[in-house]
Amino acid sequence: MGSGDEQLPEIVVLGPPVVFALYDQQFSSRFRFLRPWESEEPLPQFLASRARSTQAAICSGDFSLSAAVLANLPSLRLVVTSSAGLNHIDLTECRRRGIAVAYAGNFFSPDVADLAVGLLIDVLRKVSAGNRFVKNGLWPNKPDFPLGFKLGGKRVGIVGLGSIGFEVAKRLKAFGCGISYYSRKKKPFVSYTSYSTIHELASNCNVLVLCCSLTEQTHHLVNREVMLALGKDGVIVNIARGAVIDEKELVACLLRGEIAGAGLDVFEHEPRPSPELYQLNNVVLSPHNAVLTEESMEGLYQLICGNLDAFFTGKPLLSQIPDE
Amino acid sequence: MIATIWRRAAPHLSRPSHPRAALAILTSHTLTFSTTTQTPSPAAKMDAIGVLMMCPMNTYLEQELDRRFKLFRYWTQPKQAEFLSQQAESIRAVVGNATAGASADLIDALPRLEIVSCFSVGLDKVDLARCGEKGVRVTNTPDVLTDDVADLAIGLMLAVLRRICVCDKYVRSGAWKLGDFKLTTKFSGKRIGIIGLGRIGLAIAQRAEAFDCPISYHSRSKKATNYTYYSSVVELASNSDILVIACALTPETTRIVNREVIDALGPKGVLINIGRGPHVDEAELVAALVEGRLGGAGLDVFEKEPEVPEQLFGLENVVLLPHVGSGTEETRKAMADLVLGNLEAHFSSKPLLTPVV
Repeated sequence: MGSGDEQLPEIVVLGPPVVFALYDQQFSSRFRFLRPWESEEPLPQFLASRARSTQAAICSGDFSLSAAVLANLPSLRLVVTSSAGLNHIDLTECRRRGIAVAYAGNFFSPDVADLAVGLLIDVLRKVSAGNRFVKNGLWPNKPDFPLGFKLGGKRVGIVGLGSIGFEVAKRLKAFGCGISYYSRKKKPFVSYTSYSTIHELASNCNVLVLCCSLTEQTHHLVNREVMLALGKDGVIVNIARGAVIDEKELVACLLRGEIAGAGLDVFEHEPRPSPELYQLNNVVLSPHNAVLTEESMEGLYQLICGNLDAFFTGKPLLSQIPDE
Repeated sequence: MIATIWRRAAPHLSRPSHPRAALAILTSHTLTFSTTTQTPSPAAKMDAIGVLMMCPMNTYLEQELDRRFKLFRYWTQPKQAEFLSQQAESIRAVVGNATAGASADLIDALPRLEIVSCFSVGLDKVDLARCGEKGVRVTNTPDVLTDDVADLAIGLMLAVLRRICVCDKYVRSGAWKLGDFKLTTKFSGKRIGIIGLGRIGLAIAQRAEAFDCPISYHSRSKKATNYTYYSSVVELASNSDILVIACALTPETTRIVNREVIDALGPKGVLINIGRGPHVDEAELVAALVEGRLGGAGLDVFEKEPEVPEQLFGLENVVLLPHVGSGTEETRKAMADLVLGNLEAHFSSKPLLTPVV
């Protein structure tokens, strides 16, 4: 710790988020951090003894910021999560305690939407399968690689037309896809067709892109009935949260040919996707890294610092979560 | 048995001796039951027309050519020169593709050749000048494959920058349990440079715009668009993050992407080729990728397909595909129907659907 260090505001880091590990030095030149993972003490004891007067916390998207953890942070007034998702934070408790929450907002939306489109093209056009075919030296001996399916003209159903869903729709429209959606709230200024149930959406589409947050209502939203409604030439892309899909049923439907394929960045039990998926040529798997680009991490570092600076100088946060 | 059916169904027509020709007439929708004299239906005439298919390209197309014409399969002939001299008088049409078309030698060997119908939009395997001299018509398959090729170009860009194929392998291998994959590169907003702003180049530009990518291009001539024009490919490459080849292959565009262009694109630049292998100096490309002087590549085409330089196989920043730009069920059927439609139009003396020459 440097001599001027004590003047720096103190922040506890929970997770830690990937961006913190990447930008540790830069963060440390601007703030003072409590790093629970460096201590032998279990987290509750560490917080109770070291973080009693800590006012701010940085939190990763997979750290369970429960009421129990918050109870050990009596002076906490700000949580900055490195994620766009909020399902890991007890928001009710934060509201009760008057703890402000800042998040990544729409910042990641283009990157996530890009991956959704990339996964969809890969599944339909067999990009990863084709790459394997060539790199395994199979092309000279087996001149016929199976044909894929055209993306243009597909009827795409977006589940959750928030920031990410909107970016996905904008991109796929340029490929000649028809866009419709199912969302908690119908969006008034949007020309896409909306359906009032996911079953109706699936019945009228042959591609589903899941872009919704994970809540009690969206848990296992995509179940067997929805997949059957989507149909045998249907493709599912999931860049939301694994638990939005009933993964066991997804595997069963894929194995039985009840849907045509899937592109998945998220799974119910990360980092352990259902192993049956590994044998399938019509799925493309990604290790929950839709936001993990160099550009996004650089931007996220700036955003987190900006939120912390604003907080410690009494200014409005840059990306406070919306009131719901 | 055919004779019996014929007597009942078409007694007024003279039955061809070849059973297949007779069957073609019996199943033809143009068969009428008038007792007046009829001219033979188009199906009967076309059944005798020799069509030479240069290589396997599509099962549906092959079956339909076999059904409607007298099909010769070039690739099954053990002695091709002999075959040509024996069958020269029968062959009035050639069906080619990106792999094999109609060279000057082939055209000269077929004195009764009237039309070359390509199962591709690219014409680099057809000697267009010789066709012109001899009055041989040429058709290709534009428009129906534009979307698929453009889709694949973007798919390759995303696959390279976001390491989609590598990540898929990472998860399948179980490596994710041991740790996160490293950071990849954002695609949205990257500067796209397009060589050739024809149908496919424009379609790529329109898609990339939805990702907020600034678009620039190089073409033989400046087009009436708002995209930035560069009069040299090197300049285009210097000002692009991703360079995509979307022009036709001609003597002028052969090796249009050479060492100089690759150097200009640089260690963070990515090359996407959905054109033809010979557009790129392949040896230079391989060296640049292996040595890290070029940031990455997504390649659907190669100089000597199906041979692909093995030095590329182990590179994470390279995605390789077996020439599948138009490879969807829907598009290949549409292409086949265009080939068939062009041939039928020609042999019915109707206007060609998609003539080039």
